[in-house]
Amino acid sequence: MVFRPLFYMLILGTIMFSSALFIPQYTKAFSPQVIQHGAVGDDVIELQARLQYLGFYNKQIDGVFGWSTYWALRNFQYEFGLNIDGLAGQTTKDKLVKASQYNEQDVKEKVRSGDKFTHYGKEGTKKDTNKQQQETTPSTPPTTPAVNVPNGFSQNDIKLLANAVHGEARGEPYEGQVAVAAVILNRVQSPTFPNTVSGVIFEPRAFTAVADGQIWLTPNDTSRRAVLDAINGWDPSGNALYYFNPDTATSPWIWTRPQIKRIGKHIFCK
Amino acid sequence: MIRSILLIILSLGVIGTGYWGYKEHQEKNAVLIHAENTYQRSFHELAYHMDLLHDKIGTSLAMNSKTRLSPQLVDIWRISSEALANVGQLPLTLLPFNKTEEFLSNIGDFTYRTAVRDLDKEPLSEDEMTSLKKLYKQASEIKDELRNVQYAVLENDLRWMDVELALATHDDPLDNTIIDGFKTVEKKVEGYSESSTDSPLMTETGKGQDLKQLSGKKTSENEALNYGKKLFDIKDKSDIQLTKSGEGSDIPIFTLSYEQGDKRGYLDMSVHGSHPISLLVERPLNKKQLSLNEGYERAKKFLTNNDFKDMTLQQSTEYDQIGVYTFLYQQDNVKVYPDSIEVKVALDDGDILGLTAKNYYMHHKQRQIDTPALSMAEAKKKVNPQVKIMDDGLAVIRSDLGDEVLTYEFIGTYEDDTYRIFINAMDGTEEKIERLQKAERNFSHGT
Repeated sequence: MVFRPLFYMLILGTIMFSSALFIPQYTKAFSPQVIQHGAVGDDVIELQARLQYLGFYNKQIDGVFGWSTYWALRNFQYEFGLNIDGLAGQTTKDKLVKASQYNEQDVKEKVRSGDKFTHYGKEGTKKDTNKQQQETTPSTPPTTPAVNVPNGFSQNDIKLLANAVHGEARGEPYEGQVAVAAVILNRVQSPTFPNTVSGVIFEPRAFTAVADGQIWLTPNDTSRRAVLDAINGWDPSGNALYYFNPDTATSPWIWTRPQIKRIGKHIFCK
Repeated sequence: MIRSILLIILSLGVIGTGYWGYKEHQEKNAVLIHAENTYQRSFHELAYHMDLLHDKIGTSLAMNSKTRLSPQLVDIWRISSEALANVGQLPLTLLPFNKTEEFLSNIGDFTYRTAVRDLDKEPLSEDEMTSLKKLYKQASEIKDELRNVQYAVLENDLRWMDVELALATHDDPLDNTIIDGFKTVEKKVEGYSESSTDSPLMTETGKGQDLKQLSGKKTSENEALNYGKKLFDIKDKSDIQLTKSGEGSDIPIFTLSYEQGDKRGYLDMSVHGSHPISLLVERPLNKKQLSLNEGYERAKKFLTNNDFKDMTLQQSTEYDQIGVYTFLYQQDNVKVYPDSIEVKVALDDGDILGLTAKNYYMHHKQRQIDTPALSMAEAKKKVNPQVKIMDDGLAVIRSDLGDEVLTYEFIGTYEDDTYRIFINAMDGTEEKIERLQKAERNFSHGT
């Protein structure tokens, strides 16, 4: 009777021990998704790390599938006799997992601590860890070290635009906010207005929210999304250059502009 | 009696002074905000111009023909002088900012010298290419630093007026992010010795083009509502509000919108032919469940279901829980850049959140695509030999003059950058060169 529990424990222990032996060397493989150009996130970090391990990718592991990653992946597909499509599908990922090692925890720790490293290789540990200049801002939840931005725009430009949209059109329906952002961008394109986003926004007497300081209110996520939509080509204003609130507009001149449409409280015009 | 009169006079005086003080305060505030705005404008413009400068220099490195390079150098010269003007407007008189100014005028000098000379007779020398490359690297560093400062300014709501006050009232260096940031920029530049974004082809605005060519049967309001019901995928069309565009609109448009809880939909459709021009659905997004690739499948299906034929994916980008896809029309294996459509997909459940087909409707037509006069190999020779070509194809693009031209499209790499190069398939002109954007460092990342 006394031996029994001990006996079971022994068996259990043996099973656990042997199963531990059979745990594959890599801790985690990709999620089942197909990874394509433009994607962001953990799968991309793993993809870049594995490509780097094999020597195809020598840029920073930043979690964004950009052109460098794309060419690295295509080279890998070429070298391993796979279909060269620049997509990390199941076959490609299986080949990658087989050929390389990936220590998820280690890589992520490095990536999250803001370290820049470009040598994740067979030598084991990674070198060349230039400590990047740290921001003076409060820390945010774990993110990728880089983000996608629309062609020709920085996160700061987006923030500035979001500030303007929030100051001018918070409380307006969503398409009304996109339209306000679109008007600013239309003005940048127009020969009669300044040629930069900042120039258009801060043009004296152009926007009331700028004149009375409301532009410095903290914008919400909605205004940021509205700005992204406008930059990506959505223009609910119908190519407008002006808009006004008919209840508060003081200039009679604005009524002479050909009107395109009304969204919420704003009338948009040419 | 006298006492109460005195009291009234005195209290009137107090009220009057109070009112005057309040007015003064208001006026002072208005002036302060105005001054602040001027500084903010110059600063953000400087950051933007630096970025543009960096991009333009980068693009010029991949250029081959003199006819393209000269205008590009002129452009760089122009932007550097604008950036210089921006620096001049900043309240930095008390800061050692002269190195950055020097750097900018160096770029200006270099590009002016090279732009005005006949590059056909006297092309860029080896040395000049080296200094151009060096300038590119320096511009990149300054740009990054400036973007850093800009991020801190925006994130912490820093005011230039505070800098000015700080500079005016203290003699010793202060703990001020803006000042510190600029000192870093300055230090970076010190290490060096002498030495539009018109890029996105897709978000091209309709210069001289409009939607006038859209024709077809006139849609009744009822038909429009039915169409909206189908596209919004809702049950009751009486929930939809419909308005018609005014006289300022390019073409008559029905605007449909509906609201359901925290979900909001909006659609612009042409009255003639009931074509969907712009669709937007806004709602809170949940955790990402779908990959960018699965979102692409949804977007493709949506286009097919809505009668957009022969569309091919040009670009896909993931922003938080949203996938944005650019599709191009493809005719006989030739990509037609002007006919572009953007689709936005929610990556939480795969709903279509938006469509914009304005560019498509502005340009799309039955085209007669000629056979190229040049062979692919001949066109390849026109590309800068430094650029390693990775991918090629045929494409129709709009030239600088706004005409549609048939080109060979090459995607290639030079050092760390990837470029898209268009060579005219008829006469071999270098029509357009784009430096393809990389992801930007996440400013809020890190501990």
